[in-house]
Amino acid sequence: MELRSKAPAGPLADKWERYRSDIRLVSPTNKLKHHIIVVGSGLAGASAAASLAELGYTVSCFCFQDSPRRAHSIAAQGGINAAKNYQNDGDSVFRLFYDTIKGGDFRSREVNVYRLAETSLRIIDQCTAQGVPFAREYGGLLANRSFGGVQVARTFYARGQTGQQLLLGAYQALERQVGAGKVRMYPRTEMLDLVVVDGRARGIVVRDLVSGAVGSSAGDAVVLATGGYSNVYYLSTNAKGCNVTAIWRAHRRGAAFANPCFTQIHPTCIPQTGHHQSKLTLMSESLRNDGRIWVPKRKGDARPPREIQESERDYFLERLYPSYGNLVPRDVASRRVKEVCDEGRGVGPGGYGVYLDFADAIARLGRHVIAERYGNLFEMYERITAENPFDVPMRIYPAPHYTMGGLWVDYNLMTTIDGLYAIGEANFSDHGANRLGASALMQGLADGYFILPYTIGDYLAQVKLGQVGTDHTAFRQVEREVSERVERLLAARGRTTPDAFHRELGRLMWDKCGMSRNAQGLKETLQKIAALGERFARDVYVGGKGEEFNQTLEHAGRVADFFELAELMCRDALHREESCGSHFREEFQTPEGEAKRDDARFGYVAAWEYAGAGKAPVLNKEPLEFEVVHPAQRSYV
Amino acid sequence: MRLTLHVWRQSGPRDAGRFVRYDVTDVSPDMSFLEMLDVLNQQLLGRQEEPIAFDHDCREGICGACGMVINGRPHGPQHATTTCQLHMRTFPDGAALWLEPWRARAFPVVKDLVVDRSAFDRVIAAGGFITARTGSAPEANSTLVPKRDADLAMDAAACIGCGACVAACPNASAMLFVAAKVSHLGLLPQGQPERATRVVSMVAQMDAEGFGACTNHGECMAACPKEISIDFIARLNRDYLKAVARPKPQAVKANGGDV
Amino acid sequence: MTPPTPPTAPTSPTVATPTRSGFVRSLVGKKVIMAVTGVILFLFVVGHLAGNLKVFEGPADFNAYAEGLRTVGAPFLARGQLLWAVRAVLLVSVLLHIWAAIAVTRASWAARPIGYHALTRTETTYAARTMRWGGVIIFLYVIYHLLDLTFGAVNPSFVPGDVYHNLVASFERWPVSAVYIAAVIVVGLHIDHGLWSAFQTLGLNRPPTFRWRRGIAAAIAVLITAGYVAIPVAVLTGTVR
Repeated sequence: MELRSKAPAGPLADKWERYRSDIRLVSPTNKLKHHIIVVGSGLAGASAAASLAELGYTVSCFCFQDSPRRAHSIAAQGGINAAKNYQNDGDSVFRLFYDTIKGGDFRSREVNVYRLAETSLRIIDQCTAQGVPFAREYGGLLANRSFGGVQVARTFYARGQTGQQLLLGAYQALERQVGAGKVRMYPRTEMLDLVVVDGRARGIVVRDLVSGAVGSSAGDAVVLATGGYSNVYYLSTNAKGCNVTAIWRAHRRGAAFANPCFTQIHPTCIPQTGHHQSKLTLMSESLRNDGRIWVPKRKGDARPPREIQESERDYFLERLYPSYGNLVPRDVASRRVKEVCDEGRGVGPGGYGVYLDFADAIARLGRHVIAERYGNLFEMYERITAENPFDVPMRIYPAPHYTMGGLWVDYNLMTTIDGLYAIGEANFSDHGANRLGASALMQGLADGYFILPYTIGDYLAQVKLGQVGTDHTAFRQVEREVSERVERLLAARGRTTPDAFHRELGRLMWDKCGMSRNAQGLKETLQKIAALGERFARDVYVGGKGEEFNQTLEHAGRVADFFELAELMCRDALHREESCGSHFREEFQTPEGEAKRDDARFGYVAAWEYAGAGKAPVLNKEPLEFEVVHPAQRSYV
Repeated sequence: MRLTLHVWRQSGPRDAGRFVRYDVTDVSPDMSFLEMLDVLNQQLLGRQEEPIAFDHDCREGICGACGMVINGRPHGPQHATTTCQLHMRTFPDGAALWLEPWRARAFPVVKDLVVDRSAFDRVIAAGGFITARTGSAPEANSTLVPKRDADLAMDAAACIGCGACVAACPNASAMLFVAAKVSHLGLLPQGQPERATRVVSMVAQMDAEGFGACTNHGECMAACPKEISIDFIARLNRDYLKAVARPKPQAVKANGGDV
Repeated sequence: MTPPTPPTAPTSPTVATPTRSGFVRSLVGKKVIMAVTGVILFLFVVGHLAGNLKVFEGPADFNAYAEGLRTVGAPFLARGQLLWAVRAVLLVSVLLHIWAAIAVTRASWAARPIGYHALTRTETTYAARTMRWGGVIIFLYVIYHLLDLTFGAVNPSFVPGDVYHNLVASFERWPVSAVYIAAVIVVGLHIDHGLWSAFQTLGLNRPPTFRWRRGIAAAIAVLITAGYVAIPVAVLTGTVR
């Protein structure tokens, strides 16, 4: 497999503008004739579907939720970055670019990241014009706050519901096109496979989740905006429905899967309370602006937090990283939290937690200021834990949150299958080995509003696409395969529920392929996953029928794909004999316990190619070349 | 904890539906309400019985997917809390709970506690947007928005589209949902050009979907997990009146005729 | 199977332009009609009370007031002309009010074909819940009231022109007074929710009124009820005879 990034030549700052002016255009009359399939309706999917329809393309958009407005982008709390420099604190496109590429531990493609930073400016303009009620200053100007891993305030926000407000903006733009008849929306419809005809993506096979009917949609290009795969860990901050099926099925049809082991563990989540836990809840990273993280100095100190004197507390992030303090990037914070808990200094049930204390901020700024900034987060915390963070410090613990890995894409966001695009969290492109806070929203919207709508034209303008309808034999074939897969799950009629298997898989992955990894653990886990996967095929119990609304069946299909993905993640983690960003291999660390990169051996994107069932996947490498930045050991001291 | 559940079971839109009793044991007070239902569903699957269908996704109170009427109250007894954020410690040990779907003609039951809320999407498609074609936006800080207006718009924009307002309304009216969107967009300078057509189109679509009329009971506000105020309903009414009353702008020609 | 059809057939949204016919068709428009006619009827109720309280000033003043209603506007208007004009406005208002109420009620009943096992009330008031049947009761009572004191058909000793006498003759019978008091309380409840509701429906929620809407409505309703109730009480206790 040849990986051509199609990165344009020329000075970094001009590349995108020049490239955009050079690529081919589709004439307005031809746009009407092209049907584009968009799968997913989060920030990336909704913004892409709306923008493509505005350009004149005919669009079909699919989502498994009952409404496009419920895609998991809605849960993003903290904010969205943009290099507006409204605070006059020295921010610039270059600085945002540099922070992002450094935050990603130099494992992302320079050109893509620069384009992202450039585009960030227009996103804020676009969203404001749509009526996104960003926070304002008294003078009416847009307000900003700071976020982890950077020293400027460039994050735009709408209370603690930024993702919701941005998604509603994109959703409303999408619904406008639905009303205008340019987009046909298919809610409660899940993509279960990709149809490739003559080497080009020409459609998808879907299951109508209400009737259970398996059907197809044919088009000239397919855009996957289906999010990340953190739910492979079972317990994560993702919505329960988030899954890997769409991109995994595309991978099996020939799309390379890049850096699957780069999974972000978010430091500030509410700790687990028991074995019944179904998901973990994130507390926005913005809390680290005013909250101070600490644990008792003494092991096993079980006194209530307010009885522990200042001198008996260890503000370990402030101690280890004096200049960034509590605002170190997520991967660093998470690892240090795990470290102190592993030392036995953790707090709360089972010792899986550290304090995030607002007492100083409340004393300094007053209770009302803290209430205005974080009121809704505090309420949410109290509803879940029955503790009031105004009186008792919050307890937090890391949880899987975001996956930097995803389908490999070139500069046009096209995967290794012609005509198949991946945008947003579903691709691997911009965050390297670790994502900075408030950058996911930025990337989803950059891809959907401002990049894909141009680059997809470059493909459609140059290829001669024959007429392919859903009556084509390739569609019949894939529909048959999908139906057989559904039947197999139903026919097993074993004794264990898909949920129980999912929990077991998640536990394995969290223990050995989570916050820190080692060769031995990964090898063992590979074997265990294989064994568990076999047991799943034999012993799963789904119940009910395929031709009905069957939530257990939906879950079973997703778990089946997680098994295959988990194996690839372990393989990728095992092969990458270095530590970088979120990928921490215990064997490779500096004396201070920081990640030790090996640029000479691993300065590349690992793009895995599916080789067939039961065969080892093939590793392809896209070397990362840095023209402008110089990879250095990240330092937040 | 032990609980007795009376759950509405309905196999599809055409089935009549009925309450079925379940006894649930091993419930921890730290569980969320949906985790309690997860436990019950795992037990049902273990007995090869059909699990209870209910909508849910983010389980953080923001996606708006979950929702059921618990003992006569949409999203249950706790104020400003979605079903997924409700915890079992809210209920006494041994409680008997009646679980019902949102009941409204505009929200037909899909299965058990799952309803079809696509009527809301169509109301938004009718006009719940600001036309800002991608690429056409001016510099963000070129339009100043007073903080008061931005904050009030945000209060309205906090709506998660769960449908609890419709479920709680004695008339199954969707006025709070529509009013929240009309107010959010109408409070911002960006939303002014379409303000009149937006409210008229959305109200027309709301009626076409078969929602009832608002008679100002205020139950919607009490049930809303995001505490959206019925003041926004008054705002919608005012906008609607203004839209209908305001004549179409036109100029008079020299000869006295219309342009 | 070509692109699967969405789970429900969508009624395709159309961008509506503001029109008067659309206004009347819409439920919001019907509510506005109900609110405006309700305010007209409310003003009548206030005026009617102000006039009726003259009963405490004795038969001469009260009968003069009744006569005055017929002669007001003279010499520009003929006798009874303005009264009939007002009656016409009131009649149209009543018909529109009832028409809108029926339309809104039917829409609301249709909107929830299957009811709840239980729906707990938290915010609503007794007044709000009794608007529909209260309206029916008021309508039936007004018919009786007109037959009794305007047309005299059911009055025990109706004397045209002597309204004071007619009033006392009717209210001296305690069941008539009791029914009247009950009806007036229903009117009070109707006004309590109706006024607050009109504030909402007509969009009058600008500061500083909006915090006081509920309180103002309730206070006015109590005052009106008390005023009307005073009359039969005065007759029964012999203050007015």
